[in-house]
Amino acid sequence: MPSPVPAYAPDAAGRLAALSDVTASDRALRRFLHGLPGVDAVGLEARAAGLGTRSIKTTAKAYAIDLAISMIDLTTLEGADTPGKVRALCAKGIQPDPTDRTTPKVAAICVYPDMVATAKEALGDSGIHVASVATAFPAGRTALPVKLADTADAVAAGADEIDMVIDRGAFLSGRYLEVFEEIRAVKQACVRADKSVAHLKVIFENGELATYDNIRRCSWLAMLAGADFIKTSTGKVAVNATPPNTLLMLEAVRDFRATVGVQVGVKPAGGIRTSKDAIKYLVMVNETLGDDWLSPDWFRFGASSLLNDLLMQRQKLSTGRYSGPDYVTVD
Amino acid sequence: MSEQSRLSVFKTYKLYVGGKFPRSESGRVYEVTDSKGGSWLANAPQASRKDARDAVVAARKAFGGWSGATAYNRGQVLYRVAEMLEGRREQFVREVAEAEGLSKSKAGAAVDAAVDRWVWYAGWTDKIAQVVGGANPVAGPYFNLSTPEPTGVVAVLAPQDSSLLGLVSVLAPVIATGSTAVVVASEAAPLPALSFGEVLATSDVPGGVVNILSGRTAELATPLASHQDVNALDLTGASVDLARTLEEAAADNLKRVRRPAPEDWSTDPGTSRLTAWLETKTVWHPIGV
Repeated sequence: MPSPVPAYAPDAAGRLAALSDVTASDRALRRFLHGLPGVDAVGLEARAAGLGTRSIKTTAKAYAIDLAISMIDLTTLEGADTPGKVRALCAKGIQPDPTDRTTPKVAAICVYPDMVATAKEALGDSGIHVASVATAFPAGRTALPVKLADTADAVAAGADEIDMVIDRGAFLSGRYLEVFEEIRAVKQACVRADKSVAHLKVIFENGELATYDNIRRCSWLAMLAGADFIKTSTGKVAVNATPPNTLLMLEAVRDFRATVGVQVGVKPAGGIRTSKDAIKYLVMVNETLGDDWLSPDWFRFGASSLLNDLLMQRQKLSTGRYSGPDYVTVD
Repeated sequence: MSEQSRLSVFKTYKLYVGGKFPRSESGRVYEVTDSKGGSWLANAPQASRKDARDAVVAARKAFGGWSGATAYNRGQVLYRVAEMLEGRREQFVREVAEAEGLSKSKAGAAVDAAVDRWVWYAGWTDKIAQVVGGANPVAGPYFNLSTPEPTGVVAVLAPQDSSLLGLVSVLAPVIATGSTAVVVASEAAPLPALSFGEVLATSDVPGGVVNILSGRTAELATPLASHQDVNALDLTGASVDLARTLEEAAADNLKRVRRPAPEDWSTDPGTSRLTAWLETKTVWHPIGV
């Protein structure tokens, strides 16, 4: 097999075409997705729990903390977001810990589409991406033209990454091709006038998919449709990223790369608040996918309060003194 | 075999952190012995620096609610603690007698004194503001009001010699004024302090307001003294050498520090321990027309 390519590479479409027969019709797609092996729930949970018991200390911990910081999509998705708050968040993303200039910057700032321009301006040439949720986030309950307009708007404002939500209603009622076509259409909308593209992250909302089998099917569906990243959840429902469902998605991207030769990233989001949790996810990535995915290009954390905890742990490692919330920002 | 002897039920002493009774995260225990004969009494948990860290997190979390409660309410809660302590008098008399090698009557007197001391501090919650706060005369058309406010999270090294009365005397003033406490119990005689956690848990003190750790005082005090999220340090139970290094560590984030001094726990404590954990806030307010 030739070396794997990302989903946004020019020749990715050709590789995906190898599986064009499974996406040729609704029936073929259903047959394919339902033909995926069932998930061993007990085994999956045991494996995820087992990977969470590794002890990561001293230099390895320092490396993991810095890596986790550089993988964060620092997020603010509130109805009360103001341009000032977004600018403050951008400043924090560029220099997370003003008392220690060696702290790495975050990967991206994640905002609503109307804040993209503000974030883009605030980030300037820092190299931090602007990610924007789109397609009627978080419910996704609008007509397709509205979703596409939402996406095109964010892309035109300069978003480097688009986080779309799938239509869970269509997925759960078995209209897989509809979901597939929708992802394809949004991917089309991610192309700018100058032919540059915004990377597409596809949010499943695992908490609403009900079963592990559905998460596996949804992962394959999104990757077949050309997702650059698959993302666990919006962070707006009760169940968000959990170690088992993230592990399941990591296994799906591993199998997808082995089958098609296209590499897809993973982004757990919501509910990851402590350094300990973040390090457990990194262990899981390393053990399931290896080094290839251990970079901000292939693995992200969707988080807001996680960054403060990572910074406090970082301060503890560098000074030997336990830090406290007085020494990080109040977001 | 005429007389069936019961199997004795030994008590597992545990830490009191965040309203729960965990074992030490390290899994360690150490043997606590009778101060007179040296016979084994129980295994006490030997807390680690991570337990201290967890206790500080719990204390910080509880601070908002506890400091925001009305002084009157705090007084009621503290009085409730005294009621619970009184109800367990027998248990504490036995534990104090074993821990300090006292006769039963002397231990009883110490427990009574501890209950009385607690009630005394409970009465102070809504009165300290009148004593150390007030309206200041200023040369201008302003009200100028000073009010005492709690410091925050206070790390307390409980006295080594007096396992219950001493503990009560250092702990009550911290929480009476609205701060929250992480207490390191007497190293050689931690059992009454650990049982005192059960008293707190069964009264209305919110979890995390008081956290009680047992173990090596020096091992626990060092991370607490340098902890950036601890606001004050009571060194009563520290030796002279240890107190010196701890005070140096505490200087890094300008903690309030109360130095150790010879204490007689049976005398009138005065208000110095109350005022040690208070910050004075002064506001100017224009006099309306």
